[in-house]
Amino acid sequence: MAEFIAYLIAGIATGAIYALAAIGFTLVWQTSQTINFAQGEFVMLPAVLVLLAIKLLGAPIWLGALIGIAAFILVFGVGFKLTVVDPMIKHGVLPLAITTMALSIIMKEGAKDGFSAEAQNFPSFVPSQTIQVFGASISLQHLAIIAVAFAVIGALQWFVGGTRLGRQMQATAQNPTVARILGIPVERMVLLTFVINAALAVVASVLISPIYLAKFSNGEVIGLFAFIAAIVGGFNQVRGALVGGLIVGIVDSMAAAYISTQYRLAVPLVLLVVIILLKPEGLMGRKEERRV
Amino acid sequence: MTAPATHESLPQRSRLSLPAFIDGSLLTLVAGAVILWFAPVGMGRYGTYVLSLWLVMSVAVMGLNLTLGYAGLKSLAQAAFMGLGAYATAILTTKYGVSWYAAFALSGLLTFAVGLVLGFPALRVKAHYLAFVTLAFSTLIWLIMRNEQWLTGGVFGIANINRPEFFGIKLFGALEFHRFVVVVTFILAVLLWWMIRSPWGRAFTALRENPIRAASLGVDTRTYTLLAFAIGSAYAGFAGALYAPLVEFIDPSPFSLSQSFFLLLMVVAGGSGYLLGPFIGALLGVVLPEWLRFAGSLYLIIFATIVMLLLIACPQGVSGLLERGWAKVSGKAGARS
Amino acid sequence: MKSHWIIAAALSAGLTGQALAQDKVKLVDVVELSGAGATAGTNWKNGIDLAVADINAKGGILGKQIEIVHYDTQTNPGNTRAAVQRAIDEGTYAVLGPVFSGPIGASMQIAQRAEIAQLVGGEAAGLTMQGNKYLFRTSLSQTAAMPKIAAYLKNTVKAASVAVVWVNNDFGKGGRDAILPELEKAGIKVAVDVATEQGQADFAADAIKIKNANADAIFVYLNEEESARFLRAAKQQGITKPMVGETTLLGAKVIELAGDAANGVKGHVGLSIDAPIPAFQEFGKKFQAKYNYASDHNGLKGYMAVYMVKWATEKQKKFDKKGVADTLRGATIKPSEEPGILIETTIEQNGDLDRESFLAEVINGKQVISATLPKLKP
Repeated sequence: MAEFIAYLIAGIATGAIYALAAIGFTLVWQTSQTINFAQGEFVMLPAVLVLLAIKLLGAPIWLGALIGIAAFILVFGVGFKLTVVDPMIKHGVLPLAITTMALSIIMKEGAKDGFSAEAQNFPSFVPSQTIQVFGASISLQHLAIIAVAFAVIGALQWFVGGTRLGRQMQATAQNPTVARILGIPVERMVLLTFVINAALAVVASVLISPIYLAKFSNGEVIGLFAFIAAIVGGFNQVRGALVGGLIVGIVDSMAAAYISTQYRLAVPLVLLVVIILLKPEGLMGRKEERRV
Repeated sequence: MTAPATHESLPQRSRLSLPAFIDGSLLTLVAGAVILWFAPVGMGRYGTYVLSLWLVMSVAVMGLNLTLGYAGLKSLAQAAFMGLGAYATAILTTKYGVSWYAAFALSGLLTFAVGLVLGFPALRVKAHYLAFVTLAFSTLIWLIMRNEQWLTGGVFGIANINRPEFFGIKLFGALEFHRFVVVVTFILAVLLWWMIRSPWGRAFTALRENPIRAASLGVDTRTYTLLAFAIGSAYAGFAGALYAPLVEFIDPSPFSLSQSFFLLLMVVAGGSGYLLGPFIGALLGVVLPEWLRFAGSLYLIIFATIVMLLLIACPQGVSGLLERGWAKVSGKAGARS
Repeated sequence: MKSHWIIAAALSAGLTGQALAQDKVKLVDVVELSGAGATAGTNWKNGIDLAVADINAKGGILGKQIEIVHYDTQTNPGNTRAAVQRAIDEGTYAVLGPVFSGPIGASMQIAQRAEIAQLVGGEAAGLTMQGNKYLFRTSLSQTAAMPKIAAYLKNTVKAASVAVVWVNNDFGKGGRDAILPELEKAGIKVAVDVATEQGQADFAADAIKIKNANADAIFVYLNEEESARFLRAAKQQGITKPMVGETTLLGAKVIELAGDAANGVKGHVGLSIDAPIPAFQEFGKKFQAKYNYASDHNGLKGYMAVYMVKWATEKQKKFDKKGVADTLRGATIKPSEEPGILIETTIEQNGDLDRESFLAEVINGKQVISATLPKLKP
C-alpha cells in the first residue's frame, strides 16, 4: 500500500505538469487550429531563459526569473502568434503544424548552442525534504508541484467560466464565427489564449526544472505526453486536458512499477490507441469538439 | 477491385491532370536518372554516398507524399515503416542468407500488410485518427527494435549488411551501388507516376480535394484511403531495404518518432502533392545539412529556419514556389506572343 | 531538370574538398553534436579543441599546426557514415570519434578500408572484438572495468544482493550485460534489474521500485546527468543503501548537480578530473577556465585522443596515415614521453586500453580516492 501511494503521488506530480502543457495545447488548438508540436520545448525554454538572464546580467534570482519569464511570454506568446500563426493560418492546419516542428528544432538547438549542452541546476522554491504518509516517503517538491498546478488550473477554470473576458474566450474557442457575430473581439481573444499558453508553460517549467534540471532536450518527452494527454482528454479545454494529463502521468508511473521498465513508454501509447478505438471523442470530449 | 467508371467526371482541379505537366514530370525523372547515373564520376566516395542517401530518403518521402499529398492522410510513422523494411532486409540477408531481391520484396510486402492492419481500424473511425494511431505505432516499433536484442541486435544494431549483386556483378563499390540505387529509385518513381495518373490515382486526388463529393460519385473512400496509406508505407519499406545495405549498418536511431516528423517536414517543404516534391524535400533534408557543415552545430537551426521561412512565404513548399515562378515567367511570355 | 545539373555541379565543387595546406595537418572529428549523444559529444569535442589549442601553441606536431574540423553525426548511423567518408575523402590524417557505439559501428569499416586510424570514445565491449586493426579506444572497455566493480561489491561493500539500474543505450546496456555475469560469478544476487531511458528526467518511479527491492547495495550505471537525477530521486524516496557505480556516477558533474544526494556514493573510476594525478586535475582546471563548466570523462577522452595521434606521429617521425595505426598498436605511452597522455596507457593489439584506475567515494561533496588499482597486465 505504501508502495502504491508513493507511485501514485509521483504519477500525479508529473501528470500535473503534463496537464498544464496539455491545457495550453488544447486552448491554442481550439481558438486557432494550431497543432503546436513545439509544446514540449515551450515547457523546456523558460527555465533556460531564466538561467541565461541570471548568468548574462548577473541578476539576482528573482530579477532573472522576471526577465526570463517576461521575455518568454513576449516572444513565444505574442510573437509566436503574430509572426508565425497569423500569416500561416489561412493555408490550413498542416503547413502550420509542420512549421511548429521546425520551430521546435530551432528552440531546442538554440537552447543547446546559446545556453549549454549540459543539464544545469535550477533553483527550487521548496526544500527537498520528504514527509512520511502511510509509510511512504512523499517529497515536498512533488506536493508543491501538485498544489501549485491545481491552484493554477483552478484559477484558469474560474477565469474561463466566471469572468466576462473568460466567457468571451470560451465562445471564441467553441465557434469563432458565431463569436464574431456576437461582437466578441475574436483576434484579441485568440491572442489571449496564446499568452495563457505561454504562461502555463512558464508555470510548468518553473515547477519541474528543479527536479528535471534545465536542459535543451527536456521538452521531447513532455511534448509527446502533453499531446497524448490532450487526445486522451478529448481536446476539451480545461477539464479534459487535466484528466488526460493526470491519467498519462499515473499510467506512466504505474507502468514502470508493475509492467516493464524497458517498455514503459509503450503503455501510455497503448492506452491512447485503446481510447481512440473505443471512445474516439476522448474521455471528456463531446463529439463535435474534436475537429482535428 | 476495379477503378470507378466515373473517374472522368471527377473534379479536374488538380494540376496533375494536365497531360503536359505529367509528361514534364516523367521527362524530368528520366533526365534526372541519366544525370544521376553519371553525376558521381570524379566526385569521390563521400559525394556519391550523399547522392545515394538522398535518393533512398526520397523513396521514403515519395511514399509519404502519396499518403499525405495525394490521399490527405497524416502518417507519423514513415520512419518506423522504413525501419521495418531496413530490419527485415538486414535480418533476412545477414541471418538467413536470403537474397537481397527477395528481402526487398518481402520488406515491401510486410510494410504494406502492416499498413493495412494499422490503417483499417483507424480509418474505420475517422481518417484523422490515423495520425494518433501511427504516433503510437512509431514509438512501439522503435521500442521493439531497441529492446528485442535477440532479433534486432538491440542498441548495438546489426553490422556488416552486405550489398546485393546484379546478375553476378558485385555492387560493393560506392559508384556501383549508387547506380543500382538510381535504377531502383527510378523504377519506383515511375511506378508512382503511373499510379497517380491511373484511375486509382485520380480517385486519391479526388478524395483529397473533396471527400464528400468523391463518396457521392461512388468512390469507395475507405478502401482508397487505406490503399494509399498501405502503398505509401510500402515505399518506406522499400527505402529501408535500400538504406540497410547502403549504410551497411543499422540501429534504431534513424527510425525514431522525431525522424518521422523530419520526413513529414521534407514532404511539406518539398511541396506535398507534387510528384517531384519529395526529391526537393529530401534534398533539403539530406543534402542541405551536408552543405551547411561549415556552420558547425548551428546548421540545424539554419535548416529549420529556412524551412520555417519557406513555409511562411509559400505553404506549398519549394514546388509551389517554383510553380508560382514558372507561372509568372510563362505568363509574361504568353502575353508577348 | 536544370536543377539536377546545378546539384551535381555544386556537389562536385563543394564535396570534393581542398588539398592539404603544406604547413598544416588536418584532423577531422566526427562526433555527436546533436541528437541523443549531444552532451557526450560536446564534451568530447571540447576536449579535442583544448588539446589542439595546447599543441598548436607549442608548435604543433613535427612543426605542423593542426587544423581541426568537427562534423556532426546527429547520432545517426547514416549521417555518421557520410561524415567519416567525407573526412577520409578530404584527406584527414586520422579520424577522431564518434562516441556512441551505433555510429562507431556504422563508420568503422570505412576507416578500416582506407587504412586510417580511428580513435573513438565508445566503451561497449563488442567494438574491439571484430578484428579491426584501425580502431582504438580512448578509455577502458567495460569488460575491463566490471570485474573490478563486482569484486568491490563483494569484498568491500559485502553485498549479497544488488539492485541494478542502467540506461538503455549502448553504454548502459553494454555495462549491464558485462556486470551481470560478474555478479553471478561473485555469488551476488540481482534483486531488481531496472532499465531507464536515455535523457530520462523523471526517476521517481524507478527510485521507488529500487527502494522496494530492498537490496544490500545499488549498482548505478547511467550517464552523468541521469545519475544526478537518479541520486536526487533516491534521496527523496529515502534510500539509504550504498550506491556503487562507475566513472559516470562519481564525476564532478554529478556532484555539482546532485548536491547532498551524491554524498556517500562510491565505486570504480577510470578517467576523472578528480583522480589523484596532477595532470588530470590540471586538465580539469584548463577545461573549466575555457568552457566554464566541469569536463566529464568524454572531455578527457577527446583530449587524449589528439595526444595519441601526436605521440604516434612523433614516434614514427613522419606523417604516415597507416603508420599511425601501426605505431599505436601494442604501444605503451608514458607521460614522461608525452605529458598530454596524462596517464601511462598501454594499447593492446585489438585497440583496447590498459591503464591504472581508482576506487573512490564522494565525501562532503568531494571525490576522494581510496585506492589505486594497477593495470590488468602491469
